[in-house]
Amino acid sequence: MVRAWFLLAWTWTRAAAQYPGTLLAMILGAAVSTSLDLVAIVILFTHMPSLGGLSAAEAGFLYGASQISFTLSDVAVGSTDKLGRHIRAGSFDAMLIRPVSALVQLAAEDFTPRKLGRLLPSAAVLIWSVPRLDLSPSDLVLTVLMVLNGAVLFGGLWVLAASVQFALLAGHEATKAFTWGGASMTQYPMSLYGQDLVRAVTFTVPLAFVNWQPSLYILGRPDPLGLPEFVRFLGPVAAVVVCLAAVGAWRTGLRHYRSTGS
Amino acid sequence: MTYALVCWFSFRRNASYRLAALGEAFTNTVFGFIRAAILIALWEYRPHLGGYTVTDAVTFCFLTQALIGPVQIFGGMDLAERVRTGDVAIDLHRPADLQLWWLADDLGRAAYTFLARGFLPMVAGWVAFGILLPEPSRWAAFLVAVLLAVAVSFGLRYLVALAVFWIHDSRGVEGMAMVCSLFFSGMILPLVVFPGALGTVAQLLPWSALIQIPADVYLGKREGWDLVAAYGFQAAWAVVLLLLGRALTGAAHRKLVIQGG
Repeated sequence: MVRAWFLLAWTWTRAAAQYPGTLLAMILGAAVSTSLDLVAIVILFTHMPSLGGLSAAEAGFLYGASQISFTLSDVAVGSTDKLGRHIRAGSFDAMLIRPVSALVQLAAEDFTPRKLGRLLPSAAVLIWSVPRLDLSPSDLVLTVLMVLNGAVLFGGLWVLAASVQFALLAGHEATKAFTWGGASMTQYPMSLYGQDLVRAVTFTVPLAFVNWQPSLYILGRPDPLGLPEFVRFLGPVAAVVVCLAAVGAWRTGLRHYRSTGS
Repeated sequence: MTYALVCWFSFRRNASYRLAALGEAFTNTVFGFIRAAILIALWEYRPHLGGYTVTDAVTFCFLTQALIGPVQIFGGMDLAERVRTGDVAIDLHRPADLQLWWLADDLGRAAYTFLARGFLPMVAGWVAFGILLPEPSRWAAFLVAVLLAVAVSFGLRYLVALAVFWIHDSRGVEGMAMVCSLFFSGMILPLVVFPGALGTVAQLLPWSALIQIPADVYLGKREGWDLVAAYGFQAAWAVVLLLLGRALTGAAHRKLVIQGG
């Protein structure tokens, strides 16, 4: 499955490279457009010394980690979001008769290296923040694991969101609140949000495990919700639960799929 | 008359995607809550920053979430796709002006989106945070500002769409246009918190006419002659952009070659 994804992604990359000028503009554009959120955070820090009780380095750490996770997941499976459009256009039916998993085809569909441009600012911020924090070598290992785990969790959310579109063709408009909304929410310290909202993203859509809970441990911060220490390490559990739900939803959707008509 | 019909049919066409509009409104509302939390933190630390109170800032947040649809802050216009596929040849063949046709179409779209996607974020903001709801006269002033904002937004997006005549893959240009539109309109952070020269420049660019000015009118920051100046600023950019669009339309006419037949 992974090999098929890479083969398809490479094919799409070669297609995109036919317009090298545009490709470069798109990569830069993606880098600049993600930096905007970063500029916003910088502007916030020109007005106040801390954000949700966290220093600039700590906020940068959270921002970098969440955005790398999100970008990796978006590159890998973000285009599953277009399922509704493919169903409507009938092109999903064509995917079903090819000898490669429909999910892999959908995930690699229209792959473009453009999205990788978004890694530039987030990686830069993470690398900037690390020496400004007092992190041990084991913390660094945990950071890498956190970023990868976050990517898997977001990946599960993408597929879950896509599966909704089997039932609701226009579901994409509403599920953006969880995919893009999740990316937007996790780039800020969760101590900014009301406790009810944080509880919701801890126990229902587990966005708190993308970066917030693990970072509390890495940064040695107390949890504003007062959850016990072992919760900091539940990230992989959250990722597995989301992925299992995603696989279940995808299979159910696919089993009941009946094309769009004549 | 033709254009009024185009506008009305565009309204009706957009109105047939009710569920999609509801989904968008839901997403706009969720983002409203995320942005509100950040703005509240900022204004609690710095009350009266940029002449806004906390309530002003939260109102700004939900109001601008409601405006995302009508002024189409993320950019895009069906015309770009029609230029790419060549369908624009049919549009050019019509006994109607290309720019006015699409302006009418866009006004119809904006009117429907204003109704369908404006309500939910505002109600949510009012219930959760008690955002400001002004008196009827200010609503009227606000609606005029929104109309002008849509005109400026159309002017900008029309230029981007026409660029496809010259650039075969316009996604790069569209991406850049979106960046400017999000950042310099006040959508990411209100322009009043932009520091120093950045703030001054941002207030003068056309994008501030999309979000910042309608929001300031709604909040009552622009009244009397100041309101007239705000309208004047929006109208001036609308005229400049529409005239540019007109010039570009002429150039596109001369450039277009229709193959086959």
